[in-house]
Amino acid sequence: MSAINQYTELFRAHREMIDANGAGPLNQLRDTACRMLEVNRLPAKGAENYQDTDLDAMLAPDFGLNLDKIDIDVNPGATFRCDVPLVKSSLFLMENDTLVSAEGAGESLPEGVLAGSLRKFAREYPGLVEKYYGEAASMDNPIVALDSMFAQDGLFLYVPRGVRLERPVQLVNILSNGMPLMAVRRVLVVLEAGAEAKLLVCDHTQQDGVRFMDLQTVELFVGQGARLDYYEIEESSRDTSRLSALYLRQSEDSNVTVDGMTLFNGESRNEYFCDFDGEGASLRLYGMSIGDESRRLSTYTRINHAVPRCQSDELFKYTVDGEAHADFTGRIYVAPGAVKTEAYQANRSLVGSDKAKVFSKPQLEIYNDDVKCSHGSAIGQLDPMQMFYMRTRGLPESEARLLLRQAFMADVIDAVGIESLRDRLRLLVERRFAGAETACSSCRRGDGSCAVHCE
Amino acid sequence: MLKVKDLHAEINGKEILRGINLEVRPGEVHAIMGPNGSGKSTLSMVLAGNPAYTVTGGEAEFYGKDLLAMQPEIRSHEGLFLGFQYPVEIPGVSMVNFMRAAINAKREYFHEPPMSATDFLKMMREKRAVVELDTKLASRSVNEGFSGGEKKRNEIFQMAMLEPRLSILDETDSGLDIDALRIVAEGVNKLKTDNNATIVITHYQRLLDYIKPDFVHILYKGRIVMTGGPELALELESRGYDWIKEQEDRND
Repeated sequence: MSAINQYTELFRAHREMIDANGAGPLNQLRDTACRMLEVNRLPAKGAENYQDTDLDAMLAPDFGLNLDKIDIDVNPGATFRCDVPLVKSSLFLMENDTLVSAEGAGESLPEGVLAGSLRKFAREYPGLVEKYYGEAASMDNPIVALDSMFAQDGLFLYVPRGVRLERPVQLVNILSNGMPLMAVRRVLVVLEAGAEAKLLVCDHTQQDGVRFMDLQTVELFVGQGARLDYYEIEESSRDTSRLSALYLRQSEDSNVTVDGMTLFNGESRNEYFCDFDGEGASLRLYGMSIGDESRRLSTYTRINHAVPRCQSDELFKYTVDGEAHADFTGRIYVAPGAVKTEAYQANRSLVGSDKAKVFSKPQLEIYNDDVKCSHGSAIGQLDPMQMFYMRTRGLPESEARLLLRQAFMADVIDAVGIESLRDRLRLLVERRFAGAETACSSCRRGDGSCAVHCE
Repeated sequence: MLKVKDLHAEINGKEILRGINLEVRPGEVHAIMGPNGSGKSTLSMVLAGNPAYTVTGGEAEFYGKDLLAMQPEIRSHEGLFLGFQYPVEIPGVSMVNFMRAAINAKREYFHEPPMSATDFLKMMREKRAVVELDTKLASRSVNEGFSGGEKKRNEIFQMAMLEPRLSILDETDSGLDIDALRIVAEGVNKLKTDNNATIVITHYQRLLDYIKPDFVHILYKGRIVMTGGPELALELESRGYDWIKEQEDRND
């Protein structure tokens, strides 16, 4: 029996409760979502684009869902210290799948900007939310369907025409519960023409040893000439599974950076679906992951060049050690009429042990002649001559390896457009490679001796 | 300081060094010359400890310690420096961080505290001047995008930073125009003291016009087949290597 049944049955049994804690625009899509799951079932491991992901196994545990939105006692103080501290940001906090009020977070925002609980704004501005919610994400995708069936809250960010957010918006997600829990989250970002925003999403897990499923669907609508930076940092736990589907729609002359960084995780699947709807738009889609022990990371990307004169630059970098796996499937589609397209894709991985594995599947489909495109995939080890060179200068082997691995991730970090975050990431990556224990587990000790974050 | 006795080494099962004998004392400059493929670079790699090479026989002593038993980084701490024929590019690692890590690793080895940021930057500034290295290069990634001349100057800069007791300069003159050659050679001469020594590996006499050797060794087929004074280099310049090859091949 498919693992999905327990969720569709739960949905049918608790439909009223789910709706009561949701909002109109969110509730509208639930039936379709459930039907799609019942019809499509889950793709099997090994199916096209699911080479190293077993959705059935990931969803099989008996996760609880907090559909009645009962307060779960989270101690955000501990995690706040764990946070990637941006000097000046509009900070929002999400406990499991509920956006808790962030004091003063919205105050500094320019007039007309809406930022905060998706549920709240979907109730206050149903017309606005309905216009975008579910418009980009496809219900054919089981992650989206499952998310749409249960989603009751999340982050909504709306920036009106021509408005520029000076401060980055930061969303801190905290998973915290005594028993296995599935948190269902939705992120909806709408930038109207000429608007600018930077959004940083950090994922944390508070308890080791408790299984979590972190389920999210992200929809990003970027208007004409608008600019969006969207960063994600996962620092969860060995027992956290994550299924994320991100959908991006770019209008003409818009400029977007999406950068996803996995520092600590259990098993994660990150999907990115990027569509150019208008000419002259550009996208930088970057990502990195540090895998050791038996951590799993799977990335699926699809960039759709449907219209002429757009640029995409895609780069994913992984290191795997221990028995970790990393899996990359990247597809770029260039339509017959999409002339003057520039599309570059690269996936590079460092494999540090015999039992670690990397799967890489770059795909480039081009249907016209007037393009500049390339793709490359490289899987290898650290360069022995670089190692030797550094050692002749007196660096111990371990330190040479550390510096080289940090250097390997440098271009993904350099793509981050927030200076303080860039500096912080360099430090986090250095400590991660230096073997620091997970960020949050040390904070959880409560003695303030966090190896990674709390200084 | 360095005593090499009957050193044999191979790479990928192929024997390259077939019995090297060499002694270097403080204050000396040795030139090692020889035709292509004679084993010059292999000798430098083996003395610096490149793990790609396997020592199959013989010994090397450095200030009384077994050099061949040391990891490359320990050889560096003990005062051995190798200037690479092809300096390695390390994108993403800045020269500043690289040098700070190197200096502090050495200090840690001698149980000294890490150097303060101020002292370190002052030292960088002073040593850069030795080879007229551009400030910009020091802030870039190691050797990345450096011209051939800049890479070689950067090697001598690192040598100045690390203050080795014995420097092995592997074809530091290759790929240099005459001005860069002069700057590099002057840099080496400035760093010269009565307490340190230099082994200069080169194809050509040209470099030896600037760095005056006390001894010239000719390496051929993995052995030092002839040792003389500076006049030997001049003889090679006029006669080439063929007479040595013929002489040696006859003896084989």
